[in-house]
Amino acid sequence: MSAGLGRTRSVALSGLDGTLVDVEAHIGQGLPHFSVGGLPDAACAQAPDRVRAAAGNAGTPVPPHRVTVNLSPASIPKRGAGFDLPIAVAVLAAAGVLRPALVEDVVHLGELALDGRLRGVRGVLPAVLEATRRGVRHVVVPLENVAEAQLVDDVHVHAARSLADVIGWYRAAADGTPVPVAEVRTDDDAPTQHRADLADVVGQPEARVALELSATGGHHLLMNGPPGVGKTMLAERLVTILPPLTREQALETHAIRSLAGHVGEVTRLDRTPPFVAPHHSTSVAALAGGGSGVVVPGAISRAHHGVLFLDEAPEFKGTVLQTLRQPLESGEVVIARARQSVRYPARFLLVLAANPCPCGRSYGKAIDCTCTSTEIRGYASRLSGPLLDRVDLQVHVPPVRRSAIGDEVGEPSAAVAGRVAAAREVQRERWRASGGARWLLNGLVPGHVLRRPPFRLPGHVTADIDRSLDTGRITLRGYDRVLRVAWSAADLAGHESPSRDDVATALVLRRGEAVAA
Amino acid sequence: MTSAGERAAGAVSARMALGRYGEELVARYLRERGMEVVARNWRCEHGEIDIVARDGPCLVVCEVKTRRGTAFGDPVEAVTVAKAMRLRRLAGAYVREQGGHRGPVRVDVVGVLCEDGRPPVLRHVRGVGS
Repeated sequence: MSAGLGRTRSVALSGLDGTLVDVEAHIGQGLPHFSVGGLPDAACAQAPDRVRAAAGNAGTPVPPHRVTVNLSPASIPKRGAGFDLPIAVAVLAAAGVLRPALVEDVVHLGELALDGRLRGVRGVLPAVLEATRRGVRHVVVPLENVAEAQLVDDVHVHAARSLADVIGWYRAAADGTPVPVAEVRTDDDAPTQHRADLADVVGQPEARVALELSATGGHHLLMNGPPGVGKTMLAERLVTILPPLTREQALETHAIRSLAGHVGEVTRLDRTPPFVAPHHSTSVAALAGGGSGVVVPGAISRAHHGVLFLDEAPEFKGTVLQTLRQPLESGEVVIARARQSVRYPARFLLVLAANPCPCGRSYGKAIDCTCTSTEIRGYASRLSGPLLDRVDLQVHVPPVRRSAIGDEVGEPSAAVAGRVAAAREVQRERWRASGGARWLLNGLVPGHVLRRPPFRLPGHVTADIDRSLDTGRITLRGYDRVLRVAWSAADLAGHESPSRDDVATALVLRRGEAVAA
Repeated sequence: MTSAGERAAGAVSARMALGRYGEELVARYLRERGMEVVARNWRCEHGEIDIVARDGPCLVVCEVKTRRGTAFGDPVEAVTVAKAMRLRRLAGAYVREQGGHRGPVRVDVVGVLCEDGRPPVLRHVRGVGS
């Protein structure tokens, strides 16, 4: 075996951002040695042991010479065992087992087992997306990840069971046989079946209106009410009335899922917006993203383009709730480390649920409530402040009376979703026409736009909130929020601009906390 | 017990004979390559140098590894990084003791693979450990 060079490609991920990596192998004179350079982490630096064993078991042992592998650009950290396959391919190309020209422009991803099988890795979807953006036309992935890789257009996905498969393909390709393309495993446009439906919820007309407004204008929502009245049920059903994700949005959410979930979890493009409900004991890192070494996306990023539901919101630690503020403003979260800063998207609809008091029974005449007034005040104050300022809708969810149980079933999600979609279309047209390229939803429109012409409302329409502002019952920020919700209410009702009734509705839903406290 | 001891002694002597055969083979090979063998089995407190040769101006300290098969890897693979470092130390010790050598010094490893029924195969790795 002559000394030689082999080269192939792979992708290194930092957050969702990928970088195309050249994997170069050189076999030279010297004592048998196998080293990997170019900033590998511990798992990646152990690749030589796995590659040596896997190649031996595939019938093409790594030659007993000095093997040097370099991962370029060397300045970017390479994490995990996903570089095993490209390293093996580059080394075998350098050893003359594979024809170097065949493997040069192919991206390889996958971890090698000692017996030569290929194991699935995380982050295949963002990696393949980046490779395709950079003009790569062929990717080789483990069989476990094939469905995920096939979500990406314009790229040939080859699914390998083992290193022997890959070697066999390239040897056949040298004789002119094309490398087999994996058969399509993803059913992209499969109808998404929702098991949950808004028709399941008994009563709660006010909460239903709030939910519909929230979905229409992208307004964050706080539901206040005793346990067992259906707050969680309502929140879960918010995703069924939100418009389905576009293909780009779905790819984004699935790319995050590919990083955060189990290997091979992403199998099809689910257009339903994600619903993420972290427990109130969650840590800052679990919510915002973090972890030692690899920065894993947190709950807020998994809720990207979907709903983040915080049940028992006052029970969350104060620092945890505070971390929500920056993503709520910017729609992304930046996790800064000494060596790198990772950016994950996090544009979510926040739904908070709170009990009226720690024991949860302080409603109506509050006869059963065992909480002291200090406890109740402390409980309510945990949610107040900057976070609540960003919540447009605050609604009281009362206990359901017996009379409501016998009622006809509530409106199904499909009907509400239809109205929401129509109202969103109206908003899109209006804000696009007014030059607001950055916001297409009522919930994102800056306050000054709503207070100035052409969107300034006539005095007789805003009389109620003007009075509230004068008497100090709402702040100017609150004034803007009422206006935003009023626009959503108008869009839902089919009004050209908000009527006095729409503004009144918005004001009632704004004062939710006054009822609860 | 005695028979086991004899067997062990026999195995040791067989291995030593194989090693000596390999060294003989390598010495001949080096001479064929135009090198001059200066010393064989030179010993000091640090260990033993199998062959010391002169390749033009260069002093070559040569380690010979002979094996009957590749079940435990290529013969050359038996020379680990630690052993290569020891060879460097030995080379230094040799130059110090003999004196007078001013040119470069090189450490080589030659693997000899003697499989049954086949001619021995030599693999010469130059400049180890640098």
